[in-house]
Amino acid sequence: MSEYLRLESLGLAERGHTIVREINLSFAARRTLILGPNGAGKSTLLRLIHGLLKPSVGSVRWTEPLRQAMVFQRPIMLRTTVFKNVLYGLKLVRVGDGERERRAHEALERVGLAHLHGRAARVLSGGEQQRVALARAWALEPQLLFLDEPTASLDPASSREVERIIGEFADAGTRILMTTHNLGQARRLADEVVFIDEGRAVEQSPAADFFRQPRDARAAAFIREELL
Amino acid sequence: MDEISTSLGLAASLIAGADAKLYGIVGLSLRVSLSATLIACIAGMPIGAWLAVGRFAGRRVLIVLFNGMMGLPPVAVGLLIYLMLSRAGPLGSWGLLFTPGAMVIAQAVLVAPIVAALTRQVIADAWSEYREQLRSLGASRPRAAATLLWDGRFSLLTAGLAGFGRAIAEVGAVMIVGGNIDGATRVMTTTIALETSKGDLPLALALGFVLIALVLGINAVAYLLRGWAARRWG
Ligand SMILES: Nc1ncnc2c1ncn2[C@@H]1O[C@H](COP(=O)(O)OP(=O)(O)OP(=O)(O)O)[C@@H](O)[C@H]1O
Ligand SMILES: [Mg+2]
Repeated sequence: MSEYLRLESLGLAERGHTIVREINLSFAARRTLILGPNGAGKSTLLRLIHGLLKPSVGSVRWTEPLRQAMVFQRPIMLRTTVFKNVLYGLKLVRVGDGERERRAHEALERVGLAHLHGRAARVLSGGEQQRVALARAWALEPQLLFLDEPTASLDPASSREVERIIGEFADAGTRILMTTHNLGQARRLADEVVFIDEGRAVEQSPAADFFRQPRDARAAAFIREELL
Repeated sequence: MDEISTSLGLAASLIAGADAKLYGIVGLSLRVSLSATLIACIAGMPIGAWLAVGRFAGRRVLIVLFNGMMGLPPVAVGLLIYLMLSRAGPLGSWGLLFTPGAMVIAQAVLVAPIVAALTRQVIADAWSEYREQLRSLGASRPRAAATLLWDGRFSLLTAGLAGFGRAIAEVGAVMIVGGNIDGATRVMTTTIALETSKGDLPLALALGFVLIALVLGINAVAYLLRGWAARRWG
């Protein structure tokens, strides 16, 4: 696939502390997984690209401007029904009333939660809430979906369900930029891996190559640790 | 001792006997304080939300100001509104002084900062939780403020009730701008103050009981509602 995004000397410092430094990357893969130890700057990098944070230096250049959505580690639900939570995202973009409802219903079906549409969103389980968040993103028909450790607090069954839905996004043509600590999940989902360490992008490789033998020593050590 | 028990008995019979004068006073109190609270909420809640979510010069100063104004002395507010509404004052032509309208204005001014400050607190907490998600969805700041006001509706009910509790219980402001005129601007608190000073205890006691019951009842309702909302909506 063709390049859609390029990061040029991207950096972020907060109160004198450098969180992201000198990142130069080009993104073209359908599903890019960002890996790295805790505190490496993965979440910060996603936020910078999505525009939730402003870089202190460098730039985020869209080769192809894409409609975006983001799913966070902890799903944020409004105090209303599941259906209205999905609808809310659509109210903020220019979508007609009937089309809105149709898309919200379709999105809930996608994530297998159509039967919960009238339930209060915030009292659902963590796994169900995460699927509502995915439905909210689905309804927006994003061309690029950010996911920041979307399965971090979910049990294996819920995690697999979330992975299935992410796969459906990708199959529908949505590009995926995602972080995870679950190497098995990264293997299952990634076309390409970016490894971050101490705010630097130290490796970018096709997933098959990365998991066979990372080029970077820190990435290799990280994989060994995770497999122990 | 004997006098007190006689008064208590008379007070009870006033309440039980649906005494017209007693309930007229209670009714006016409720009308004035509910109207004032409603106005204070309509003005104070959007202000509070904007203080929480907005980005503009002087925001911090305003936050400190509104927090400070939560403790405004009612007599001072009463005096200020009195000066505004008195015949020589800037709003003298409205002819509101010594009417229930003046009392509504005074209490609204007293209560609006309370509602605004409590709202700001509620919305600021929600904003720190929702901020990134709302921005990701493309919500503008005014839109986010409106969303958070709706989302925080049950917590904000508490802010409104706190304001109402303050309004219904204050005496200084309504005394000054209302004038405590029999049959026109007498509310529970001013009547209690007057009747007590005249040594006429039964009416004062009866009103005191009604006032306390109202305030306790409102807080109980608020508590139950919040519990229900937390179970229903999380
Ligand atoms: N607003 C901020 N101010 C100061 N430091 C911050 C801020 N946000 C993040 N950091 C720091 O930046 C570093 C990277 O944080 P980030 O959350 O991006 O890491 P991460 O790779 O996502 O880690 P994890 O795997 O634990 O999620 C951390 O050391 C963190 O403490
Ligand atoms: Mg993170």
